[in-house]
Order: sequence, then C-alpha cells, then structure tokens
Amino acid sequence: MSSSTTREGPQDLDGATTETQGLAFELDGVQVFAREGESVWDVARRVGTDIPHLCHRPEPGYRPDGNCRVCMVEIEGERVLAPSCKRMPAVGMKVHSTTARATKARAMVMELLVSDQPARATSHDPTSSFWNWADRTEVTESRFPAAERWAHDPSHPAMRVNLDSCIQCNLCVRACREVQVNDVIGMAFRNAEAKIVFDFDDPMGSSTCVGCGECVQACPTGALMPAAYLNEAETRVSWPDKKVDSLCPYCGVGCQVTYEVKDKRVVYATGRDGPANHNRLCVKGRFGFDYIHHPHRLTKPLMRLPNMPKHANDQIDPANPWTHFREATWEEALDAAAAGLVKVRDEAGPRALAGFGSAKGSNEEAYLFQKLVRTGFGSNNVDHCTRLCHASSVAALIEGLNSGAVSAPFAAAKDAEVIIVIGANPTVNHPVAATFIKNAVKAGTAKLIVMDPRHQSLSRHALHHLAFKPGSDVAMLNAMLHTIINEGLTDEQYIAGYTEGYEELRARIQDFSPEAMAPVCGIPAETLREVARLYATARSSLIFWGMGISQHVHGTDNARCLIALALVTGQIGRPGTGLHPLRGQNNVQGASDAGLIPMVLPDYQSVENPAIRERFEAAWGTSIDPKRGLTVVEIMNAIHDGGIKGMFVEGENPAMSDPDLNHARSALAMLDHLVVQDLFLTETAFHADVVLPASAFAEKSGTFTNTDRRVQLGRPVLDPPGDARQDWWIIAEIAKRMGCAWTYTQPSEIFTEMAGLMPSLANITWDRLVREGAVTYPVDGADQPGHEIIFYAGFPTASGRGKIVPANVLPPDEVPDSEYPMVLSTGRVLEHWHTGSMTRRSGVLDAIEPEAVAFMSPKDLWRMQMSPGDQIRLETRRGAVEVKVRSDRDVPAGMVFMPFCYAEAAANLLTNPALDPFGKIPEFKFCAARVSAAAMASAAE
Amino acid sequence: MAQSDTGTVVRFDHPGAGRRRAASTPKGREVQPQAKHEIEVLLGDRPRARDHLIEHLHLIQDTYHQIGAAHLAALADEMRLAYAEVYETATFYAHFDVVKEDEPDLAPLIVRVCDTVTCAMFGAEKLYADLRAHEEAGTLGGPARIVRAPCVGLCDQAPVAEVGHHFVRHATAANVLDAIAQDDSHAHIPDYPDYDAYIAGGGYDVLNRLRAGTLSVDAVLKALDDSGLRGLGGAGFPAGRKWRSVRNEPGPRLMAINGDEGEPGTFKDRHYLNTDPHRFLEGTLIGAHVVEADDVYIYLRDEYPAAREILTREIAKLPPGGPTIHMRRGAGAYICGEESSMLESIEGKRGLPRHKPPFPYQVGLFGRPTLINNIETVFWVRDVIEKGPAWWTSHGRNGRVGLRTYSVSGRVKEPGVKLAPSGITAAELIAEYCGGMLDGHEFAAYLPGGASGGILPASLSDVPLDFGTLEKYGCFIGSAAVVVFSQADDIQGVALNLMRFFEDESCGQCTPCRSGTQKARMLMERGDWDADLLGELGQVMRDASICGLGQAASNPIACVIKYFPHLLAPREAAE
Repeated sequence: MSSSTTREGPQDLDGATTETQGLAFELDGVQVFAREGESVWDVARRVGTDIPHLCHRPEPGYRPDGNCRVCMVEIEGERVLAPSCKRMPAVGMKVHSTTARATKARAMVMELLVSDQPARATSHDPTSSFWNWADRTEVTESRFPAAERWAHDPSHPAMRVNLDSCIQCNLCVRACREVQVNDVIGMAFRNAEAKIVFDFDDPMGSSTCVGCGECVQACPTGALMPAAYLNEAETRVSWPDKKVDSLCPYCGVGCQVTYEVKDKRVVYATGRDGPANHNRLCVKGRFGFDYIHHPHRLTKPLMRLPNMPKHANDQIDPANPWTHFREATWEEALDAAAAGLVKVRDEAGPRALAGFGSAKGSNEEAYLFQKLVRTGFGSNNVDHCTRLCHASSVAALIEGLNSGAVSAPFAAAKDAEVIIVIGANPTVNHPVAATFIKNAVKAGTAKLIVMDPRHQSLSRHALHHLAFKPGSDVAMLNAMLHTIINEGLTDEQYIAGYTEGYEELRARIQDFSPEAMAPVCGIPAETLREVARLYATARSSLIFWGMGISQHVHGTDNARCLIALALVTGQIGRPGTGLHPLRGQNNVQGASDAGLIPMVLPDYQSVENPAIRERFEAAWGTSIDPKRGLTVVEIMNAIHDGGIKGMFVEGENPAMSDPDLNHARSALAMLDHLVVQDLFLTETAFHADVVLPASAFAEKSGTFTNTDRRVQLGRPVLDPPGDARQDWWIIAEIAKRMGCAWTYTQPSEIFTEMAGLMPSLANITWDRLVREGAVTYPVDGADQPGHEIIFYAGFPTASGRGKIVPANVLPPDEVPDSEYPMVLSTGRVLEHWHTGSMTRRSGVLDAIEPEAVAFMSPKDLWRMQMSPGDQIRLETRRGAVEVKVRSDRDVPAGMVFMPFCYAEAAANLLTNPALDPFGKIPEFKFCAARVSAAAMASAAE
Repeated sequence: MAQSDTGTVVRFDHPGAGRRRAASTPKGREVQPQAKHEIEVLLGDRPRARDHLIEHLHLIQDTYHQIGAAHLAALADEMRLAYAEVYETATFYAHFDVVKEDEPDLAPLIVRVCDTVTCAMFGAEKLYADLRAHEEAGTLGGPARIVRAPCVGLCDQAPVAEVGHHFVRHATAANVLDAIAQDDSHAHIPDYPDYDAYIAGGGYDVLNRLRAGTLSVDAVLKALDDSGLRGLGGAGFPAGRKWRSVRNEPGPRLMAINGDEGEPGTFKDRHYLNTDPHRFLEGTLIGAHVVEADDVYIYLRDEYPAAREILTREIAKLPPGGPTIHMRRGAGAYICGEESSMLESIEGKRGLPRHKPPFPYQVGLFGRPTLINNIETVFWVRDVIEKGPAWWTSHGRNGRVGLRTYSVSGRVKEPGVKLAPSGITAAELIAEYCGGMLDGHEFAAYLPGGASGGILPASLSDVPLDFGTLEKYGCFIGSAAVVVFSQADDIQGVALNLMRFFEDESCGQCTPCRSGTQKARMLMERGDWDADLLGELGQVMRDASICGLGQAASNPIACVIKYFPHLLAPREAAE
C-alpha cells in the first residue's frame, strides 16, 4: 500500500487526539480533523453529521464496502460522488454532504431499494435499520416498478431467510466470511439477480451453516432474522420488553451477550462488544439460551420416596419425577439434605463426604462450595470437571511455570506469525475464539498449523495439518524439540535468562530424532522438521491446545512438551507468543482459581502447606483437613471401596461425564446420601436422596473468569422459575445446617471475601466489575488495565525461571488389539455442551443435533459394508452403546469419534478410567473399541 | 436387571424433543469420492492456488460441457476453498453452466446467438427465435442448446452465432444448423505471420535493443510521451505517464494486458491479435521490461478462441529470458474489461470493480503495483519507437493527432476495422473508409463509442471522433466502436437493446447500476418513456455508480431524450 494520506497529517503523538488534531479537511464548510484510520463517514458521525448508511456497519471486524451508495457525498474537484464510508480524507479535501446532488443521489438510491421491498406493514421487519433510514431520509415510497424477488427459505431451525427484503449489501457475506470466517454465505450470480446464497444456493438449513447468527445480527433489512421474531407470515411480531447485558453460559471464551426479554422469557441474544468476543457469538450463545424455560426445569425441592431402591441403571423421566420423588418444602429439603450429610460426617468421619462443584457456576458459588466442603464437611474431597478437562495441563503448567492460567489471550493470534492448534477443535468447542485465529490466517499475518488425528474446519485454513496417530503426541512434539535443539534454533539467551532444566532436555531429546519418531507418530520427518523450524524461527509463535493434549494418561507429558517448546524458543511473554490451554467451560478457570480442587485452596495454594492452611483457618475461623482430598475418579473408586458414603453434587453430572459410567453410576447408587443441586433432574439426580432446584446462568448475579483470565460480571436477566433458588443461597443454607456461621446476603459479599484471600484478584472489586464489565488479572492497580500477557520477565517460580521437564514416549493405556481393533475418542459437537443437560433442552440446538451419533471414516464404513446413518453397536471392555453412525471424512480410518453428551448412548459408558499420574485425568481420548452393525431387533424398538 | 453387564445396551431416554433425526453426514454437501477423483485427474499437477479457479472451472466446463455440483464441490475441496467461494465465482460468469444435483444434464454443444446492437439490427432476434424453435422441436440436428449472448466482436459480419468455438458469420438458421450437423465447433485459426515471419520483418529488434541496453528505458518513455500515445481500451490515459507511474512504485511490480474487448461494436483487438500477434507481444514485453515486471498476465476474453490459440502457440516460441507470460481466459463478463474487475477476475474471483483510490498502478494485481494496458495500446509501441513519435503525430485530422482504429459496423457498405486518422468525423469515416451507406439506407444516427459512448444523430456527423471531442455532447469515443444507424432503425429500440445489455452485464455490486439498469430497462419497456424519471435516474447512475459501466449506462437514455425528443412525444397522447 502506498502511504496513506492519514499519516501525512499532523501526528497524534500521545494517542489522545483531540478535535483540533489529526488530518484537517473540510466537511460542509467546517474544518474537521480525522483521526488515524477514520473515513469521511466516521468523522462525520463523530462531529454529529448524519449520513445514512446501510451496507456499512460501524462495528469491529466489518470493513466498509461502499456498495449501497446511500452515504454518497460530493468532493470538490471530483467528477463523481464518493461513498463517505469508504473514502479516506485527504489534507484539504472539501467534502459536502448536503449538496442537492449528493442528497438527490442518496434519495434516489433509497427509492430504488424501496421499490423492491415488501410492503412495510407486512414486511419482515418494519423497524429494521433500512426502514429507519427510509423514514429519516423521507423516502418510503417509490416511483419505480418492483422486480421479482426470491422465495423465502424457512429451512433453518433458528433463522429465516427472506430475500425479498435483501438489498444485496453483502453485510451477511462479510459477517460470514470476514468476521466469523465460516465461509458459508456468498453473493452468487450477477446484476439484479446477484443473490445471497448458502454454499451452492442451498437451503440454509441444509448448508454448511454453523448457525452463528452473525449474518442475522448484521442484516440491515430483516432479510435474515431470528425465527423467534417472526410469525407464520414471516412478519416480525416480537419486540423485547427489556434488554439485559450479561454473558454467555457456555464455553470458556466468555462472550458478552445482551439478552432480549419478552413476557418474562428470553427471546433472543445478541453479541456485545466484549473484550473477548467483539459482538460475535456462536450457535450456542445466540440460540441456546432457552433451556432455562424448558418444562423439565426443577421448580420445587424433591425428596426421594421412602425405601425407593437405587440402581446404577435407574432412569427417571424428568417430566414425571413422581415415580421416585415427592415434592418438599425448602425447609424440609434443606434439613434432610444437611442432616444426611451430617450423619455421614458424624458417623463415618469427614473424609466419608465429598462434593463436586461446578465450572458452570460463578466464582462466588465455586468459592462457597469449596468452603462448605472444607469447613462444613471437614475434608478436602472437593473437585469439579476441571479434573476431566485440563487437570493435566494445569499440573504441567504449575510444575513448570507455577501458574495454571494462559500466558496470553486468544486474541494474541492477531500478533502471531505462527499459530499451532494441537489437540483442540476450536471451531466446535470455542467457536468465537476460533474466529480470531481464522481472522489472523485470512489477514495473511499468521501461518496456522493444526495437529490432530482428526481433521476439522480449521484444517482448510492451515498451512499444515499434522494428522498424527492418536496418542503419539509426545513422539511428535519431541521430534520437534529435537529439530529445534539440534538445528540450533533455540533462543539461547532466553534459555540462559529464564529457564532451568534445559541441559537435561537436550540430553534426553537425542533419542527422539524426527526420523525415529516418524513411524511412531505417522508424520514424515521432513514435515516435523519444517513445522519445528516454522515455530522456532517465527518472530512470534503461539500454541493453543485442548483436551486432545490433556485427556491422556500421558496428558501431563504432552503439556510438558508444549511448555518446553515455548521455553527453548522463547516463544512466550511477548505479543503474539505464549501458551493457551483453551478452557472448556465458562468458568473452569475461575472455579479452579477459587479452590474447587482437592489439593489446593483458592489461588492454587497447597492445602498441605501449614502456613497457607493457617491463613485460611484464621480467615474461616475453623480448622482445615491437612490432607489433600480425592479427585473425581478417585472419589468414585472410594465409594466402591466404602470410604465415601455421602456426596453433595452441585451443577455437575458425573453420571454422564465420568469415565466408565457403569462404574460411576453404580458408585452413585451405592451412596448412603446424595444431594444434587441442579436445574434439571440429571442422570446424576436419578440417584439422589434430595434434589434442590437451582438457578440458571441467566437468573443469577456473579463473576465468571474466561479462558483469558478475564473476570466478567454476569447479571440476572430473569427470576428463577417457581421455587428455584440462587445457588449461593442453597449452599449457604446447607452450610448453616452443618454448623457454619455464614451470614452472606448477596454475591458481592462473597466476592469481596474471596478477593481478600486470592492475590490473583488484587485490584479487582465488585464495583469495578459493575463499572467495567470485565477486568483481566493480574492487575497492578485499581485504575489500571490488567495484564493480557504475562511472563514477560520470568516466571512466578521460586527461582524465577521456567522449568523444562522432559517427557518420555508412553503408549496409551489400552491399545487396539484383534478383539477391539478401533480407537474410540470422545469429545463434543458444536451444538452440545458438556453432558447435554442444558443444550439438549434448547429447541434450536436440539433441532440441529437431535440424536446420538458416532463419527466414522467413510473408508471404514465402506470396509464394514455399512452405510451412513446406520445404527451401529459400539463397544469396549467397559460397555456398549447403539448409536447412529455419521460418515465423516475428517475422522481417520480406524477411529470412532463420539460426543459424550448423549444420554441415550452415553459415550462414557465406554471410556477408560485409567488416569494420568499427575493430573489424575482419565484417558477420554483413547481406548480400544469395536464396531458392528446393531442388532435388528433393537433397531425395531 | 440386577447387575449391569458391560455387553448390554442400556437404553436411556434423552431430554431432547425427539422430533427430528440426526444427519448421517456432516453439515452441507458431501464431497463425492468419484467426483473428487475426476477433479484430481483433470487438474493433474496444475496449481491449486486461488487465482487458478477460473482456469479450472474452464477445464471442467470444457471437459464435461457443464459444471456439476459434485465436480464443483470436489474442486472447492481440492483448492481448499469454501463452497460459496467457488459457487459465486462460477455463477458470475456467463460461460459456466452450474448444474445442481436435481437438475438434468445440459446438451453438450452450446450455440450462442449474439443479440447485441449490430447483430440485432441484422436480424438476431429472428435468428434466435428460429433456432429456439428448432431446439424445441428437436430438429437442431445434434445435442445442442441455444442461448443468447452479448457482443462477440464480429459486428462487421452480423448477425453472428457461435457454435461451440466456431463463429458462424452472417448467420442464418440454415448455416448454423449445418455447423451443428457437421460438428463444426472448433475455432478456425486464420493465417497470420508467425514468429519466424515477424522476425524476418525486423520484429523484436526494439525489444532486443532495450534488453541489451542499447536502447534506454528513458528513450522508450520519451518516445511514448512525445507521441502522445494514449490508452486505446477507451480511457485514453497517456501511455508514457502510466508506465512512469508504475515504474515509480516499489517492486515487485506486475503487468496485466486487458484483452477483454467487450464493448459492443468493438473488434479491433481481435483483429490485431489475429493478424499480427507478435507486434502485440513485442509491445507487451517492452512494457514489462520498462516496469521490470517478471510476470505478465494476458487476460483474453473467452469469445476469442482463435486469438487464444494463436497467442498460446506463439508465446511458446519466444526465446527464454523474458518475463513469465500467464494466459488467463475470461468467461463471459463484459465488466471484466473494467481494469480493476479484470484484476479480480485474474485473481480467480467475481469481476467486481474495485473502489479507487487506490489505483491499480499503486495496488493492483495481488496487491502489487500493476501496469495495465489494452492490447492495441501496446500493439503500437514497437512502431512508435521504431518509426519515431513524429510518425505517430504526423497522422490526424480536424486538429487531432495520431492514428485511431475504428471498428465500424451497421448500415454501411464496408464495415470492418478502419485504421484512420484520429479526429476523423463519422461522415468522413463512412464516406472515405466504408464505401458509404448501404443502398436504401440514409444515415440517421450513430454510436461514436460502442454501447456506453452515447447516441448521436446524423446532424452531428461532423464532430471529430477522438478523446475529449465528444464529451460536450454527452458522449465519448471509448474504444472507437462506431455503429451506424439508418432511417430503418428504431433508436428507442437501440437504447433499450443497450440498456438490456448493461443490465445483464452489471456486476450487481452497487445499487445505482444493479437496480438502476434494471429499473431503467423496465421503464423503457413500457414504450412511452417517463423521460423525467429516466433522466433523474440516469443522472444518479452517472453520479453514484462505482465504475464506468454504471456511470455510462444511462448515456443512451440521455442522448435519446436530448437528441431524439420527437420519439418521446406520443407519451402524452397515450395518457
């Protein structure tokens, strides 16, 4: 590009341009000043000159396109008019926005567009931006004949396509292609027939559309709209009574959302310009909110019927729990819940009790829950689903860097030259974070390398996709380390200044040449070398990883390799570099920080350290068990062994999420006393003695910490239904009944208490969060922004150095053999989250992914003489399910991939509970399995 | 059940509504293994880079006579492009026939009947109707289909039908049916001076001197400046100045030749390519040397298969050492003659004009500074240098300077390519170069510059035809396509024909052009024109369209209102 004219003007040196600094030009006879990057339209808007706009969306990520021509202005000396949205001012330029010529052109453009619109009264959105501008420019009628337009497309469960309102402004194309980079929408054909199409002009519902709804949020006319707004005649009939700013309840990205409420129901969600999402959402965040209104919602406490037996395979119809439960008052239920726990504590000892908190709840709830277990139960047997997702990553990070959090936000992708995504499928599991990765690749600033046995939608954008053999992570990563070390690509200065243990790695790595590892991991040596060189020699390289790294018996070793890669190359602590384990749940970072972990108190402070313990004992006014507690899978084993007899499960669903469910469910059924606090009668609650109806995300106030270490405030949108109560209140009521003298009256008090015990939350107050919405920790001052990037000068370890820990190549726990020849790997699908208790009760998400499916390679299906859509029997040494098979080219031959969200075919009946020795995380990503056609008899049922 | 048995499938209910069934494949269309294999074989070791998309689409269209959805999906997969990206490109261009899975296969032989202004004058509508009747009746004599097409650059032999890649001149239903019956569907390559012949005539001497350093770049630029040679694609930008501008931009720089001669009535570039290809190539190579472009892209319209064959043959004969010449094939889109649309098309995308600034000399092909010249512009470079700028400036008439290649068609005795002095008037051109009007026809009106240059009445037949001389009449010379009308021609009908052309060829990007051409055509079809509304609309199209197509599309309307007001008179009577 030639030097832009904006740089020739007086420079804004202090970054705080005032109205009299910048590039001077004339707008309607008045001298104005453009700031860096501002178009004529931007300046006009800033100084209060109203210029219409339709195809221009002045929001992050949208470039002006200048195609609609309703923003035309006259520039002296130019033959034709110019689009103000796209034209950059030049020094001395004289712009006129109100001349007859410019006004006439804008009015005529509106008139042309109005002529092809449906009648306003029955139009899809009479209050659209388009009609708003028609009103403001006083052009609501047209003298031109109307052209034929397109038929409507009702094929998508969540969105309606009514192209008779389309003005071909291509905002939806930019939304889909440039902002979210889902690349589904195109502008096909040409001239007046230029048409918005999905894929090959397919119905939206049968296209590759991932339902992010960015197009709906961008459309200025109502041609693309949420179905929830429209009646059968495709006319908008719904306008919100109120809007509430809050957050998305799903993954760790932490999107900020505005919920629209009508008649005490959430009808729609729009993305807000939060620091993590910049207005973007995914299908879950935008359309998956309605589970809170599902008829299965628990609205009264339930107590198990007397003498009702429990069995591992029990199931109860959530719509009719009266087969096993009766309704109870809160007083009665809380008394019974607490009494049962007290009885176990008093008769079998504190360590006979355990609690599972939740990464879906707020920081305050997580903090209270672990405090209840530690002070009310009297043990450290408290854990949550972090054990099932990133426990091994955290183990390696704490060991090496003494910090379990990411070193840089996912937005660092924009500053990276090389991005490695390994063992993660962010377009499915962290869709909005993935958009920023795709943006960086599309901008040409970053090269993407994806490493995963399965292909994924990011693979198309990647320079290399390394589809290595499942479970061979360490072999592949060690080969990269070998290349970097032996080819002299290390950052010697960084190693000398900020690391320890390098020499041992250097010695140990010699056995792992790319040539030796190629047959182990299935990636050619030359590719391994090339990728290693790319990573090491780039100005900035960033690593994202997910469960594909952590959910292995060698998960900690996998993460150690990634840490070593960053440390030996110095690819950490600078913009565009770092280590980012993508956190799975909306508050798994915060729940872990808050101490919902058996070994550590809040902020990862060891419970086995007397000095630390004393500090908490003083603060909490009670003694703390000096012995670390048991982890999720260990607790299930302990129930079988008779060690644990009572549990309180808040917002977790181990009867779906634990490995080897036959084992886990029979454990739950064995408990003397089980209290479950949840929104729904989950598979875990089937075994409960007392079920306490809790509040959904949209019904509560609290803080949540996203994958970037960003603490954000969630605000209540609605009251909980019926007699459902706030989670923090329920936890506190149980605590009171177990002897804790708690007096909390609102979440802000809890936050203040925990912040006082957690150095990480220094300078973050409830009031600040109310004011700013989001603050990233660590923060140096009450009036300073948080550090997005950490480890810029060493690490918070005793030596100040990052510790490099070599890893050995170990096989998965259970390798395929002739009896079980396939590899079963588990994970998620885009539409369903965790155990499906929320998403399967969302109308849209359920409509898109309504049934249990397992994914297999077309080659395997062909080999086994099966067809896509057949029912298969999938079994391992631990269990069997029957499930529909989906043919998917992304799955390598020899593998079955199955999401674990399906109650009717729970993948975790099959998974292997073998644990990583450090993180205690089960090997969800690998076990031996076999596939056969399902028996006809059962298919006929 | 007492104890859970690991082999037993325990059926749980799920909390979903249970009303729908899960898909058996991932979202969207699946890539079919057979189609994928066919595309892999077809593409062979050709590059998979994005800018080859249109070339690959041609390959599929040529091989299968259509582009099936399965092949298109496989191509997207092979090129790692999104479905929407390949689909929107394929459907933008008229020469690609995308056929979805549920649609019947198309007849393999395409017969395109030109229906633009000159061919329309000579009976294209009847020809099209006759051939369609044969198609309906199944009497075409072969597996062919009849489609309309815009100007194919054979206006001097109108009407024209293109059977496959064979052009039937002075077409009738009978001779078209003959061609179909004989499967005469390949391009007929004319005799032309090849590499050896061109060398024998002193060809490439200028280029060799330039490369050897005995002729300086400055001398070349000076010759261009002194001659006043201007861009002959229609814009008339001084060639020397353009070359200098590109040369002054930071490298690497590129060169692109605009061979998308689509302005109705224009056929001079085809003429030069078919009669003296190396003179064009030498000019091109001189330009590439001056701007130090290592890569030259020649974008040639798909309607010129003979020229493509000639260039392909002759480029292969060039000695090594010069820039890499990439032949790129248009695919039926007039808009790609607009230079920035052409760049988009070379990059494998839809031909949407870019906003300016920045200009292509700054940010052009693949974002690089790019020298873009029309075929005829570089064609004259050798002569201007060899014979000297004074040779060029020695020509001219009526106070104008230089030579001009007029493409003359319509009601004249001897239509064709006429190399004449710049500034010649229409009357002089007809009388001196075209043998006068056809018998029985009186000169009534003319297009001085193709479809977009406006319509002038015979009363203004004494206006010099050159850059800058016609603007005051609301017209311009553009590519110097002169179409001559007589009393037999319906000027309103001509304007409507041209508006239909612009409507079809509008890229659809901006409202004034996309909607304006459509609404104008609809208003014009009513017969009694609403001149006020059409005038108002025309002005806004001129003021607010992104590119020259939309800005000029209303010229015929404005000219009819201005010069032929009597034609609009019946309006009030009709009310």
